[in-house]
Amino acid sequence: MTASLPPALIFIIAAAITPLVSSRVKKVLGLVAPLLSIALISATPLGAHWTVTFLDYDLVLGQVDKLSKVFGYIFSLIAFLAMLFAWRVEDDLERCSALVYAGSALGVTFAGDFFSLYIFWELMAVASTFLILAARTPAARRAAARYLLVHLTGGLFLLAGIIMRLAASGKLEVGHLGIDGSAANWLIFLGIAVNAAIPPLHPWLKDAYPKATATGAVFLSAFTTKSAVYLMARTFAGADVLIWLGAFMTFFPIFYAVLENDIRGVLSYSLINQVGFMMCGIGIGTPLALNGAVSHAFAHILYKALLFMSAGAVMYRTGKILCTDLGGLYKYMPLTCIACIIGAASISAFPLFSGFVTKSMIVSASGAGGLMVVWLMLQFASAGVFHHAGIKVPFFMFFGHDSGLRPKEAPLPMLLAMGGAAFFCIFIGVYPAPLYSLLPFPVDYVPYTGAHVIGQLELLMFGALAFCLLMMSGLYPAEQRAINLDFDWFYRMGGRAFYRLCDAALNGINRASDRVLVRRLSEGLGRYFADGPSRLALWAARPWWGIMGVRGPELERRQATLRGAMQASVLPVGLAAAMALVMVILLFVF
Amino acid sequence: MPVPDKKGFFDKPGNFRRFMAFFFASLVVLLVVDFFIAKHGYFGWEDVPDFFAAYGFVSCVLLVLAAKVLRIIVKRREDYYDR
Repeated sequence: MTASLPPALIFIIAAAITPLVSSRVKKVLGLVAPLLSIALISATPLGAHWTVTFLDYDLVLGQVDKLSKVFGYIFSLIAFLAMLFAWRVEDDLERCSALVYAGSALGVTFAGDFFSLYIFWELMAVASTFLILAARTPAARRAAARYLLVHLTGGLFLLAGIIMRLAASGKLEVGHLGIDGSAANWLIFLGIAVNAAIPPLHPWLKDAYPKATATGAVFLSAFTTKSAVYLMARTFAGADVLIWLGAFMTFFPIFYAVLENDIRGVLSYSLINQVGFMMCGIGIGTPLALNGAVSHAFAHILYKALLFMSAGAVMYRTGKILCTDLGGLYKYMPLTCIACIIGAASISAFPLFSGFVTKSMIVSASGAGGLMVVWLMLQFASAGVFHHAGIKVPFFMFFGHDSGLRPKEAPLPMLLAMGGAAFFCIFIGVYPAPLYSLLPFPVDYVPYTGAHVIGQLELLMFGALAFCLLMMSGLYPAEQRAINLDFDWFYRMGGRAFYRLCDAALNGINRASDRVLVRRLSEGLGRYFADGPSRLALWAARPWWGIMGVRGPELERRQATLRGAMQASVLPVGLAAAMALVMVILLFVF
Repeated sequence: MPVPDKKGFFDKPGNFRRFMAFFFASLVVLLVVDFFIAKHGYFGWEDVPDFFAAYGFVSCVLLVLAAKVLRIIVKRREDYYDR
């Protein structure tokens, strides 16, 4: 199989052809590339493929093992569904960047060495920025600039770590690193943590995703954070710090999600919360926990894309996305509403939906490890995620008050894409065996036990009861057109303070230089070089004229002539030659 | 062509009441069934009947009340960062 192309290149070539072909061909191309990629991944045996020699290094573009394969499948599958969802998008910028973005995520997944990984990592950052820019609003432009800055900074952490590791050990291959106290590994960890949106490095996600295009956000929800989950699982499995970071990550975004007014903002916070479960699983690091993290990433990509699709379809039809502007749409977009509810049931881990058979592995692993506080935090977050993503998102979009909006149902390609994602959400939930067989470790976990089903149903249904009672009693915080400060305050206000500091310091230096160097010094030097020689000449000539008896007006005329001649450098040739000769003699003597 | 107003499920009189009645009935069924389930939890409290019901309810109430307090601290105007 080494004669074929790496999956990443399939997408990148498709992106390169896209602007050159007709509208229909480019749409088909968007669907064919992911299907080819799936076929290719399933046909590729485990091992190292597509090795390229670059300088003195062997770059491996296809490190295929069970872990990279399962991520390769899901990235290709979601690229297919998202491309189907974006069927009506005619904008080449969005199509190309989406293809490059998906391709580079696959590049990261199959990279066997850190050099090629880094290149795909940066390509991913740049391509995804254009999905935000493609919204072409001033807010999106500003958010895209911030997004790019954050990811380039994260990329530089990663690069610094890679280079330090290479210098220290000469090793480039992507494998288990672990937190061993070395600065190199910490830098790599930090670089991955930025993309995984681990707090306090998370605000970029909530800042950027809600500002992307209706279709772009579906791509964004899938690749950046989950390729970071993949890389974290490969390099830092079993790092204790991730258990607590992950548990905190499941915990704090749900409070913000309750307050958030933008539906895609709510989904962004719940995305952070779900990645928290995966980080926690990676931190626990047992086979059960890692299987849980990987399978949860798989299921999460599908239901989160489904939720972003339903929000995108509503946005596409109504042009609105704030809770305060939406409501009562279930009558007008019933299929979108059903898709949203299936996504909501999956993220909430209802029995028979995908989250139930994947997330529970992570929670069980925390129990098996005796991590009492973590277990309680994860269960709290499970109830909380149902509360905000499971109930709030469908409720405020499709039920609640009648917003007066009368949209048509979503167009057919969007419905097909949502139908596809919804199918997988239920299929995995009902019949998890095929997904379990793809996981990196053998699975002997049984999700459907009486205690687990009833316990989970109780957790969720009584969370729903709390929602009902709080809603009816008016205690539930009303949706408001406002923003809620997060850690972003430190970055944005810190950024502004840094800007002011630089303004004061650097522009201060600038002004001082202008005053001293440009004005005073140059003026002084100018005067010195213009007047100096003439004064010197006058000083030499005056005694001579005195001896010669030149006085009065004649003296003044001669002085003026000499000064003028010296300042304009128009001395008679003979005089200049004589002075040069004197100079040479002086130099020779001394 | 504007889409005409439609009557939905919850617009029919009595349907909302029926929905809520079904919801509350399912809660009661869960509470009862939980007593007859064999359990082998990692922690002792998992085996207490209806533990998850209480934990889910209390979690969500605390979540919302804490969020209300959080709002007092973090809420700003929509154009806060643009000024």
